[in-house]
Amino acid sequence: MSDHGRDLEGTPEERQPPHRVIGTPPPARGLLTDPGRDGDTEPAGPGGAAAPELPSENPNPKSAKNWERLAAVLFIVSALSSIAFVAAYVGLEVHDKGNVVDAALRSNLGLGSAMSLAFLAIGAGMVIWVRNIMPPVELTEERHDLASTEEDRAAFEETFVEGAEASQITKRPLLRRTLLAATVPAALAPLVLLRDLGPLPGTSLRHTVWTKGMRLLVYGTNQPITPADFDSPGGMITVVPDGFQDDDVELAKATSIIIKLQPGQLEAPTNLNWTVDDIVAYSKICTHVGCPAALYEQTTHRILCPCHQSTFDATKGAQVIFGPAPRPLPQLPITTDAQGYLVAQSDFHEPVGPSFWERG
Amino acid sequence: MSTGNGRLALPRPLRQQGAELDDRFHAAKGLRTLLRKVFPDHWTFLLGEIALYSFIILILTGIFLTLFFNPSMTQVVYHGSYTKLNGVRMSEAYASTLRISFDVRGGLLMRQIHHWAADLFLAAILCHLLRIFFTGAYRKPRETNWIIGVTMLGLGILEGFLGYSMPDDLLSGTGVRIAEGVLLGIPVVGTYASFFLFGGQFPGTEFVARFYIIHVLLIPGLLLALVSAHLFLMVHQKHTQMPGKGRTDRNVIGQPAYPYFAVKTGAFFFFVFGVLALLATFAQINPIWQVGPYTPVAISAGSQPDFYMGFLEGALRMFPSWTWDIGGHTVAWNVFVPALIVPGIIFTTLGLWPFMERWATGDHAYHHVNDRPRNAPTRTAIGMAGVTVYGICWLEGANDIIADHLQIPLYLTTEIARWSVLVAPIIVFWATRRICLGLQRRDAQMLEHGVETGIISQLPNGAFVEAERPLTEDEAAVLIARPPVPISPARDTDENGLPVPALRGARGRVQARVRSVYAEGISLAPPANGHGDGHAAVGNGHAAGDGGHTAVAGGTGAAEDEETPAGEDGA
Repeated sequence: MSDHGRDLEGTPEERQPPHRVIGTPPPARGLLTDPGRDGDTEPAGPGGAAAPELPSENPNPKSAKNWERLAAVLFIVSALSSIAFVAAYVGLEVHDKGNVVDAALRSNLGLGSAMSLAFLAIGAGMVIWVRNIMPPVELTEERHDLASTEEDRAAFEETFVEGAEASQITKRPLLRRTLLAATVPAALAPLVLLRDLGPLPGTSLRHTVWTKGMRLLVYGTNQPITPADFDSPGGMITVVPDGFQDDDVELAKATSIIIKLQPGQLEAPTNLNWTVDDIVAYSKICTHVGCPAALYEQTTHRILCPCHQSTFDATKGAQVIFGPAPRPLPQLPITTDAQGYLVAQSDFHEPVGPSFWERG
Repeated sequence: MSTGNGRLALPRPLRQQGAELDDRFHAAKGLRTLLRKVFPDHWTFLLGEIALYSFIILILTGIFLTLFFNPSMTQVVYHGSYTKLNGVRMSEAYASTLRISFDVRGGLLMRQIHHWAADLFLAAILCHLLRIFFTGAYRKPRETNWIIGVTMLGLGILEGFLGYSMPDDLLSGTGVRIAEGVLLGIPVVGTYASFFLFGGQFPGTEFVARFYIIHVLLIPGLLLALVSAHLFLMVHQKHTQMPGKGRTDRNVIGQPAYPYFAVKTGAFFFFVFGVLALLATFAQINPIWQVGPYTPVAISAGSQPDFYMGFLEGALRMFPSWTWDIGGHTVAWNVFVPALIVPGIIFTTLGLWPFMERWATGDHAYHHVNDRPRNAPTRTAIGMAGVTVYGICWLEGANDIIADHLQIPLYLTTEIARWSVLVAPIIVFWATRRICLGLQRRDAQMLEHGVETGIISQLPNGAFVEAERPLTEDEAAVLIARPPVPISPARDTDENGLPVPALRGARGRVQARVRSVYAEGISLAPPANGHGDGHAAVGNGHAAGDGGHTAVAGGTGAAEDEETPAGEDGA
């Protein structure tokens, strides 16, 4: 039992690196290679700057030699990898017309592997160098007081006050106050320069480009659509205003969805006068923060915004069922024109999209 | 080449060059101190270095990307090597990102390293922040560096978001759209802020160019200045050290900057670069060609921002739909609170934390030896409660993915998040404190009794005892290292026994109450020298010490164990 005790106690001490306190004289030179030496208890002596504090030899030259060889191998691997990087740059062409993604990924694989190996090998070699080839050492450095001495503080204070008095700023309130007053407009004036960053909002967020008789174009094909074209109950189609299909600013407000429901499914507060053949149109811009509410679940008639999961009931005026959106998706009044295509009756009757201060 | 005493002599040209420099800069003395500067070692000290090197790698790869990226929202019709998008309308920003990915050799690699480095930068900052927090390394004199660090975290998140937005792909554009919705939600000035940022209505034709100059010049410049200040203060005030043998608030124990730390940290730079290159090679990130260019019309399901935006995304998802319409104005609490108030509170609290803790502890002493988290139970508990809130928000930011993978109803995940974000931090706070106090008790017991070895012996009378070994000096030093006077008394009194002026009155009573709560657990004073004093602290009276114990323990020098039945039998 006592044997066990000794075993357990003995080992950690031997793993200690030689410990030195900065400024202490070194042990005799002959002892430098002695792994058992320990300068821990030596007091910090004066005038030690000239004396070496770091050992110049590794206490275990044999293993250090082996580690040196391994580090050298790693450094050579690193050099070869860097050369391989250049070779991959020259050899692996990109924008191959056959399959451009594959070519890019091939080049990425070649360049990246070479680069990774080059850096990891040089890093590993350096770690071996510092941990296994440099002699182990542990130094103690004294911390100095961060606070200045009382005399220094007093001297600083005196100098500061002297300067303040010489500047007259303390004695001349007129000077002081007008100077302070001068800085306020000087600091505010540059803010005016930012005014032209953008136009004022005006009422632009209250309106979209939808007007009476404007056709609903199917997003993607940009073709108008008749109710007969869209006779699959449960379907949802994204529509954009005719003539604005490439105008991102207008699309960011005007984009809408049309949903075909079974007869009789639409109920209040949906405005049935704004629907055609059980087709209802809502703004696609979520009333939370403006993502496109793009997911539609046929069986439950729910419109879901994938960003923050606000959920709207398509049969009941797109009322909010769940999530952070505060308002239903505004309903777009639609009808059909002389050619039978779906068109808007007017603009939305309320602002679309997220809340803003002036919305009211 | 060596001198008489076996040391190298500096080669003449080098010595001459050095002399020339010193003639001009008076550098020898200061540089000598710097070369011999001692850096303490602990694996957690590498976290800040990861952030630093990620930042350098971000600058290097970022410079490369600016050579090819075209920060313009001018609409073009694509006819390039990625034929799947031929004929598609897109911004020049997106088209040039495609060009970097497919037509510039190494472009994809640099893009992916840049993106991974941004994620690693922020992950490392977060871990670094947690390490500093839980070890109390922000205490006097390092409060300024803590504030600089918190500022860099905020700037880093903003910087990451801006960079993520610049390719103008569908995913990032959706993120910008959300940011616009958040801006609109600011009371009074929100609409104007949005119009000024975007140069009019969203998306406009300006934001990529504006984000670009902020991303490549303004914020990197600020970060560079703050990083320099951060490092300068770290060197000037010297690094903290973990508790251990011989380590005090008056010294720093470790290895010298030259050559040891310099080579170590140089190696670490290469490791960070190598790991990022490895990630960029084998772990695809942000393949913008798969989602297509931004259009406000479309979106893809399962959209997730980069991880560091996740907590904001989650807060937006879980906050209820509260909105006020009053006096012709709309107050969008549903957006304003989670996206701006919550992060505002988080960052303000973080920044002011060192001063809040000082108010709660009355501790004005210098601290250069870090706390073990268990030895500051209330701080650790508050930190864990904060981590819990952050973590729930972060998970909620991916609740659709979680619901899909775990087959949980989507709305249920949000309901769980809503309740747990209120309840869980309280439970975690309480549990963490109990765990910390338990660990402290175990430390006290180990100091007193030693470490259980797992070696069981049978006594002649048939009883079993477990051998214990005393702690080594090094082990004990770690356990003993607690601040001697961690917290001033709950009620400071003057020489007449009256409360000091600062603690009188209602505010003083609150402070005294907070102090006594904060102080709990630290009253478990560690034994001064291993054995003896510890009994009172542990407070389970087996001090009566029966003969059987000492007889068993005598041989090994190990302490007795109150849990063995040996004592009863031996009597």
